[in-house]
Amino acid sequence: MKSKKLNKVPVGAYVVLLIWTVLCVFPLYWMFTFSLKENAEIFGENVLGLPKNWMWSNYADAMRSGTLSTHQMRDSTILLGFKNSIIVSVFTIALTIVCALMACYALTRMEWRGRETANNIFMLGLTLPIHAALLPVFLMLKSLKMLNSYQALIVPYAAFSLAMAIMIFGSFMVNIPKELEESACLDGCGTFGIFFRIILPLMKPAISTVIIFTFLQAWNELMFANIFNSEKRFSTLPVAINTFFGSYTTKWGPIGAALVIATFPTLFVYAFISRKIQESLIAGAIKG
Amino acid sequence: MESIRKNKLAITVFMLPAVILFAGIIIIPIIMSFIYSLQDWNGITEPKFIGFDNYIELFTSKSAGFPKTTLNALLLAVLSVFIQLPLSLALALMISKGIKGERFFMTVFFIPVLMSTVVIGQLWLKIYNPNYGVLNVLLDRIGLHSLAKTAWLAEPKTVLLAAFLPNLWQYVGYHMLLMYAGIKSVSPDVIEAAKIDGANDWQINTRIIIPLLKPVIKICVIFAVTGSLKTFDLIYVLTRGGPDHASEVPSTLMVNMTFDESRYGYGSAIAVMIIFLCFFFAILIKKGIKTEDYDEK
Repeated sequence: MKSKKLNKVPVGAYVVLLIWTVLCVFPLYWMFTFSLKENAEIFGENVLGLPKNWMWSNYADAMRSGTLSTHQMRDSTILLGFKNSIIVSVFTIALTIVCALMACYALTRMEWRGRETANNIFMLGLTLPIHAALLPVFLMLKSLKMLNSYQALIVPYAAFSLAMAIMIFGSFMVNIPKELEESACLDGCGTFGIFFRIILPLMKPAISTVIIFTFLQAWNELMFANIFNSEKRFSTLPVAINTFFGSYTTKWGPIGAALVIATFPTLFVYAFISRKIQESLIAGAIKG
Repeated sequence: MESIRKNKLAITVFMLPAVILFAGIIIIPIIMSFIYSLQDWNGITEPKFIGFDNYIELFTSKSAGFPKTTLNALLLAVLSVFIQLPLSLALALMISKGIKGERFFMTVFFIPVLMSTVVIGQLWLKIYNPNYGVLNVLLDRIGLHSLAKTAWLAEPKTVLLAAFLPNLWQYVGYHMLLMYAGIKSVSPDVIEAAKIDGANDWQINTRIIIPLLKPVIKICVIFAVTGSLKTFDLIYVLTRGGPDHASEVPSTLMVNMTFDESRYGYGSAIAVMIIFLCFFFAILIKKGIKTEDYDEK
């Protein structure tokens, strides 16, 4: 029996909810509309309304910025940033998952001395701020001549995602029945066989959680990206937007267009899997 | 099975990549940070060991202003805990009770959390623009003509709050989500029982849900406080700590000292202090907010 009657919610509550909705959506609405306007409209004629002439050329301008000649799109600041962010995010996710899954199996399922201690040390990583490693990692990368490279970001991002990934995997792995492993063992599987054939296929939901988590961190990170990869060729999207569009102040339309381009992929994916994304972020917080 | 669980070779193989990554990028660098923080070093000449002089300078020198940056970060923490979290809690309570549009509100409130802080920063830079920004345009339209001339991010009086506002705005949805999940996990039977006993909505919220939500609230407080101490992105994008260090926070000061002034030792001392403050407050809050076991009462 389920009495799913909607509660009477006071009108006041709806007013508050609607005000906050406007406050959440309005900046996005404004960003989107001014990305399609001319300066004259943005600066007075038509600040809040929909664009009168839809200036899609702002998007072309945004993508063209930074190119030497108008036809060489491969130099485009925004497109380069986009490409670099995708490369960095994908490899960060891959590296994090491989390292965390393997370590997590040894930490939750195998028996050895120092296991608890090792786990506790990894969990310290949840509280440690990324700042702590900034200068030492910078000097390390400098002496290895690896500043301005993809690995300069991939390796540190993976290291800082590791604690969260191990925690999420761990809380999932303890619920896999041990009998599964034991019967596999009787069928002649070794340690690696059990790991690859039994555990890995069952970890899929946890893996997607970690992918979402790690992606958001790698895609949005600014401090390391700004300092390690300052060269445009390897700049990720946040750095590209900040440096190259921070100085681009005369025409607002293309700036708005660049912001929309940078936001679009996340919002597009969010539109389809909003529930999964929300659940992932809850998993990352509550179990810690 | 015993031998499989104790397979030394397998344990080593499984642990090795994570250990190398964690030790190489986190453990060793933190130790190095501490060592650098005891040195006077600009990255070029030989480092000179100076004991705790950098730390002494942190707290005594007026020009660098580390105490002030810490106070700024703590102000952000206070605003987060006393404005952002109550707002998140109120929103979570309102939408979690099966109202119309529950999913819609959830989804919309969470959008700012997903956006890159750089995009949000750039957007708010435009919102705050003294001449054409949407904030001043709105103020002008509602008749506050003198306020509508304010250069929010350029005046020492307003810059701090103006720079913190986007921070508070962005993460309301995140805390709301955590609290919402917490409220949803409260057993409906308890609430039903309270209703039968004649409790009204306010009583259910304050006497049942909020006490049961304490562990989640504790996590939110820890995140809000440590997040404020670490805050970097939005301040960096909006003001870079300016004007004249009025909106400087520890992490922007650290980056400024380390990479603009090439004071590696001093910058490292700030880094160590940030780690220390994060741990200090995380432990303090963990100990401070008691989450007693309700069964024992």
